[in-house]
Amino acid sequence: MINRFIHLGHAGLSTIASLGRASLLLFAIIAGGLTLFIRPRLLIAQLFNIGVLSLLIVAVSGLFVGMVLGLQGFTILSQFGAAQSLGVMVAASLVRELGPVVTALLVAGRAGSALTAEIGLMKSTEQLAALELMAVDPIQRILTPRFFAGVLAMPLLAALFSAVGIMGGYLVGVGLLGVDDGAFWSQMQDKIDFYDDIINGVIKSIVFGWVVTWIALFNGYDAIPTAAGVSRATTRGVVTAALAVLGLDFILTALMFG
Amino acid sequence: MDISQVTHHPPSLPPTPLVRIRNLHFRRGERVIFAGVDLDIQRGRITAIMGPSGTGKTTLLQLISGQLRPTAGTLLVDGQPIHGLSRQALYALRTRIGMLFQSGALLTDLTVFENVAFPIREHGRLPESVLRKLVLMKLEAVGLRGAADLMPNALSGGMARRVALARAIALDPMMILYDEPFTGQDPISLGVLVSLIRQLNDASGLTSIVVSHDVNEVFSIADDVYLLAEGRVISHGTPAQLTADPSPWVQQFVAGLPDGPVHFHYPAPPLAADFLGK
Ligand SMILES: Nc1ncnc2c1ncn2[C@@H]1O[C@H](COP(=O)(O)OP(=O)(O)O)[C@@H](O)[C@H]1O
Ligand SMILES: [Mg+2]
Repeated sequence: MINRFIHLGHAGLSTIASLGRASLLLFAIIAGGLTLFIRPRLLIAQLFNIGVLSLLIVAVSGLFVGMVLGLQGFTILSQFGAAQSLGVMVAASLVRELGPVVTALLVAGRAGSALTAEIGLMKSTEQLAALELMAVDPIQRILTPRFFAGVLAMPLLAALFSAVGIMGGYLVGVGLLGVDDGAFWSQMQDKIDFYDDIINGVIKSIVFGWVVTWIALFNGYDAIPTAAGVSRATTRGVVTAALAVLGLDFILTALMFG
Repeated sequence: MDISQVTHHPPSLPPTPLVRIRNLHFRRGERVIFAGVDLDIQRGRITAIMGPSGTGKTTLLQLISGQLRPTAGTLLVDGQPIHGLSRQALYALRTRIGMLFQSGALLTDLTVFENVAFPIREHGRLPESVLRKLVLMKLEAVGLRGAADLMPNALSGGMARRVALARAIALDPMMILYDEPFTGQDPISLGVLVSLIRQLNDASGLTSIVVSHDVNEVFSIADDVYLLAEGRVISHGTPAQLTADPSPWVQQFVAGLPDGPVHFHYPAPPLAADFLGK
């Protein structure tokens, strides 16, 4: 019984210690941000890695999610005779929720895991220590560009996801199920608000980009420098990022739309 | 740490040692790694630091290069207290120190050429044509000019270590730290490395610290040898002096005897206690 409390206490302490280390790392990463103005190439290379290389998976997922929304939305809305509002439903779901959230989950799986493994391996093969000894700050040089690339890429990817998703909803709703073309777009234009919907969605995806990249980088940087350690860190990074995104989504939604 | 006493020490008077370690204590968690080590690295020489695996040789290099902080004691590198330096001053000092990691630690996403060019690009602004000549010269010095365009994963262990050596000398450092340069090398690369270390040291007036447990190789190149065991310096001198040292500790190590005063086992309770589960 006592042992269980001791165990709980240790787990709690080590979680708090990790949070502390993660915060310190985040400060160091952001403090290094100035280098990106001096060497924009570092940022561009990572924008390519994190952003461009995620385009395909984000676009394809967006298309399918949009098509499913079109189908499901049509079935439900037509029960109330409101099938003409399909465009609003599809666009609102995507822009407010599914775009930022699903994109963040996809990026955590596709790019986040790669970041964790890359940093963890650089640590275990002493590349980070070698940089440090060549008088090059590994945080500034390796982590900072990756972090800002993640923060920048996420809203762009989420926008792409939503746009392709709306096209998917359009294909199914208008193309297959016979919703009126004009009503689909005009109701969407009428009901989707720039600030309430689009800006809030963008804010969400910036927050998610921040959190997903931060968690991925921290887990790599903090990994036990062995093969098993890096593999565990990668799994933990993806799981933590996914939970953090879903939890934060609830909080942000409550603040924005509650 | 009594750094206050040494900050006004005049830097780099010729006879002072390049690295001066006094009363060094270091602990990892509960485990004491160093318990009062005094050690001098003389300029222009090859100093070997020897000891059984796990004595803390790598740890000592990490302390000298300022990656770790001692629990107590002073550590001067070129007259500067390395653990009292600002980050900027530490980085300035590190550009004058090259380190050869046990694993090579090449940046895996850059070619051999770019790996060697990396520190030069980071710390200087050379025209591309000059840089190219300089890098090829460094690679030539380790015999790998022909491998300039290979990626690190295409190199054998011995080649990777030589590329790492070319990178370590890229900025013409005053000192190179070698961590176990001889382990896992075939006899030919071994010979190449041994003579490279000697050549580099003598040709460019470097100071070298070689950490190793390979008695034969070390004794063939070192000017000065420190033998560490159980957190202390147990012997110090030229290879000839060490060979002649009658102390059973030293003889055990130099002759490679499996057991003696230095234990082969990591500290543990008696075997019976572990077996009986108490
Ligand atoms: N990161 C670390 N954390 C905890 N203990 C370590 C770490 N690195 C090394 N040690 C311990 O410190 C001791 C000295 O290690 P090291 O300096 O690598 O020895 P050597 O290079 O002489 O073989 C070893 O007993 C090892 O178990
Ligand atoms: Mg070692």
